[in-house]
Amino acid sequence: MVKLVVDSIEIEVAPGTSVLQACELAGKEIPRFCYHDKLSVAGNCRMCLVELEKSPKPIASCAFPVGEGMIVRTDTPMVRQARRGVMEFLLINHPLDCPICDQGGECDLQDQSFAYGMDHSRYSENKRAVTDKYLGPLVKTIMTRCIQCTRCIRFATEIAGVSELGATGRGESMEIGTYVERALTSELSGNLIDICPVGALTSAPYAFVARSWELAKTDSIDVLEALGTPIRIDTRGPEVLRILPRADDDLNEEWMADKGRFSFDGLKRRRLDRPWVRRDGKLVAATWQDAFGAIAARLRGVDGARIGAVAGDLCDAESMVALKDLLAALGSQNLDCRQDGARLDASRRDFYVFNAGVAGIEEADALLIIGSNPRHESPVLNARIRKRYLAGRFPIGVVGPGAALTYPASFLGDAPSVLTSLHDGSHDFATMLQEAAKPMILLGQGAVARADGAAVLAAAWRLADAVGALKPDWHGFNMLHTAAARVGALDLGFVPGSDGLDLDRMMGGGVDVLWLLGADEFDTGRIGADTFVVYQGHHGDRGAARADVILPGAAYTEKDGTYVNTEGRVQRAWRATFAPGEAREDWRIVRAFSDVIGQTLPYDDIGAVRARLEHVNPVFARVGLKRFGAGDRGGPQGDPAALSADPFVAAIGDYYQTNPISRASLTMAECSRTYAAPRALAAE
Amino acid sequence: MADQEFPAEPARFVFDTQSEAEIAKVLARYPQGKQASAVLPLLWLVQRQMARQTGSAWLPRGAMDVVAHRLEMPPIRVYEVATFYLMFNTKPVGRYHLQLCTTTPCWLRGSDDLVAACKKVAGIRAFGETSADGLFTMTEVECLGACVNAPILQINDDYYEDMDGELTVALLERLQRGEAPPAPGSMIGRQTSAPVGGATTLLDAAPRTAQPVTE
Repeated sequence: MVKLVVDSIEIEVAPGTSVLQACELAGKEIPRFCYHDKLSVAGNCRMCLVELEKSPKPIASCAFPVGEGMIVRTDTPMVRQARRGVMEFLLINHPLDCPICDQGGECDLQDQSFAYGMDHSRYSENKRAVTDKYLGPLVKTIMTRCIQCTRCIRFATEIAGVSELGATGRGESMEIGTYVERALTSELSGNLIDICPVGALTSAPYAFVARSWELAKTDSIDVLEALGTPIRIDTRGPEVLRILPRADDDLNEEWMADKGRFSFDGLKRRRLDRPWVRRDGKLVAATWQDAFGAIAARLRGVDGARIGAVAGDLCDAESMVALKDLLAALGSQNLDCRQDGARLDASRRDFYVFNAGVAGIEEADALLIIGSNPRHESPVLNARIRKRYLAGRFPIGVVGPGAALTYPASFLGDAPSVLTSLHDGSHDFATMLQEAAKPMILLGQGAVARADGAAVLAAAWRLADAVGALKPDWHGFNMLHTAAARVGALDLGFVPGSDGLDLDRMMGGGVDVLWLLGADEFDTGRIGADTFVVYQGHHGDRGAARADVILPGAAYTEKDGTYVNTEGRVQRAWRATFAPGEAREDWRIVRAFSDVIGQTLPYDDIGAVRARLEHVNPVFARVGLKRFGAGDRGGPQGDPAALSADPFVAAIGDYYQTNPISRASLTMAECSRTYAAPRALAAE
Repeated sequence: MADQEFPAEPARFVFDTQSEAEIAKVLARYPQGKQASAVLPLLWLVQRQMARQTGSAWLPRGAMDVVAHRLEMPPIRVYEVATFYLMFNTKPVGRYHLQLCTTTPCWLRGSDDLVAACKKVAGIRAFGETSADGLFTMTEVECLGACVNAPILQINDDYYEDMDGELTVALLERLQRGEAPPAPGSMIGRQTSAPVGGATTLLDAAPRTAQPVTE
């Protein structure tokens, strides 16, 4: 440890810490533009100057390592004068357009100019102007505002893994851009907006929409993918205006995927805001009483075994447990949450969660990806894999569709038989896994959502066991989900009971009444023609189109909810806005309906529903994540030898169109168009 | 959408055998895995090859992509290098690239006359323009490091020193006629940077010869 003194506060820090970090540990705030603690150090803005005793000049604290016995001063006339000088130079070419700048109110340059800015400029020549650049449909650029901190270049290169941004030209003519005017091919491009310290990179959909101080801020969870990125929903009145990530070093660090960030305009389109009932083949608007009455009438006399329910990908745990209890009251065990047909084994939790945790990726020393494209299924988790790759000595193998990842990986083939050859050691990559102290196996939904999914699951588990991934202190078997509701649903047992029907067997007339809770991701054409379909959800998507009764529910921004992410982390989201029209929170709808048919569910408020959740599965008692090693090495059901020869295919076709909200979003539709044919957008 | 204006590009760029021979030599200088260090020499070879093949020494974007691919680096890293250095032309230049130094010593010695002469002969109005016949491009450059013989006009790789307006006109007209450029160096016949018109000091000193040391 190194001892140093910061403003007469003595502190001890680890060797290699920078002076800036040491100052922060001492509680001193150091202004900065180019320094970002998740990116490499550039040291080019010079705003973090501090005084170091015995140094003739102020030093750039972000790029200066601590030394024993240093005496640092962060607030002296010399430091202030130096920072004022830096600020004056930064402002020479910065436009005075704060009143029309979207960064206004949350701009580092604006804030710091209060402390170090001059009241006027001594520069009377013309300011420089820079042509705006095209970075795709999500990031708007006003490059004249750029102070060339190069955070965006470093983010694109280091975190996103797409070296497409750069600084061309030099001196006064230096410009940031892609040079070729092509959209950034990253699913993390929205983070450029967050890391830009000025208004050069701003959100295109949020342009001229609101000021940061007008917005009400609500903590929530991104449910458009299974990682459960913690988010902050910014609203004004009834409208969600933007979504920003919250930082959690265990989960997303500071990043967020584009789909979760920009899909929110889908919350205003194709919404179900009143109940509908199908009469003579046509859906007609109805009241809640009519809708409930129609369902109750249809249910009368139907055997419990002829009733089924399917939970969708965006559901909160509260609504699923309520629906499960309702079905139980009706005498049905026909429940399923696996719309994609994933052959998941719900009998033990470590068969279906990302056991090592996202932070655990950094501990792993070899990775095998099976049937997954993490770049599309969870861009933020993919960034963590890239971070681990950059740390070095991390062999990565891929069994499955050979997609462009953001780190080099050896493609081992796309046939399930590769798993067998890895297990018996005949494949070269097997030694990489064997030699690793903490090997990691990442199993995607593309590997299990298929006819031989159970066999793949068992084969992957057997492989994990064989290469030493299952140890008391390390659980290297990891399932990456694509649906935010999936782990929660499995945790509370939203799967067929002992003699219940799964989704496949509920199709084609397997049940008479089918309750779809936000289930839109399966082919509704397979539902039997005579099956009475109740669709409870928030968007007029595939499920609603087939429904006989539509019950308007609330989207994730409109309800308090509990979600469990792919790691098995229990997370809470809060309501940011109210659901439109007559739509209601989903568990309340189920509870209200139970009353209509005289099977009243025993909870009247969300606290009671959560107590019920906890009763169903104790994991819901504790918000957060506790990681476990592999206690029991016994594998899931399924015969690892029963692998078919069919190659693995990707679980996600179009990253930007995976759920009813993103399908309703104009922003996502534009992204989909842009990135479906990136070649066509080339500048030639 | 695209604000970057790209000049007409050759359909595709392939290194010819002469360049390939050079590339092999250049790449051998760097250890395995550090090929990216060769980006400057390779870009220079591209520019040379373009001059050989098309008469215009410039870097088409497609050629930069070829370099990036060859050196296994992202294309943007090559664009950054190419746009940083003035010796790389990211737009086509004329067959004769007139690089005029206008820094103080050259300016004091009459570089304005050179600029005027170039404009007149080539028929162009400003720096950065190319003459209609595609023969000349005039560029303003900073100090060429030959101030003793100011003013300097650099044509492609050669320095023409001790220039003035008339000499410039004569030189450019000669090029316009299709004649070979004259030998570079001082245009008024002085030897390297020696005084104009011959020696001016130490005229009476006998040539020094080594004298043996006597007792």
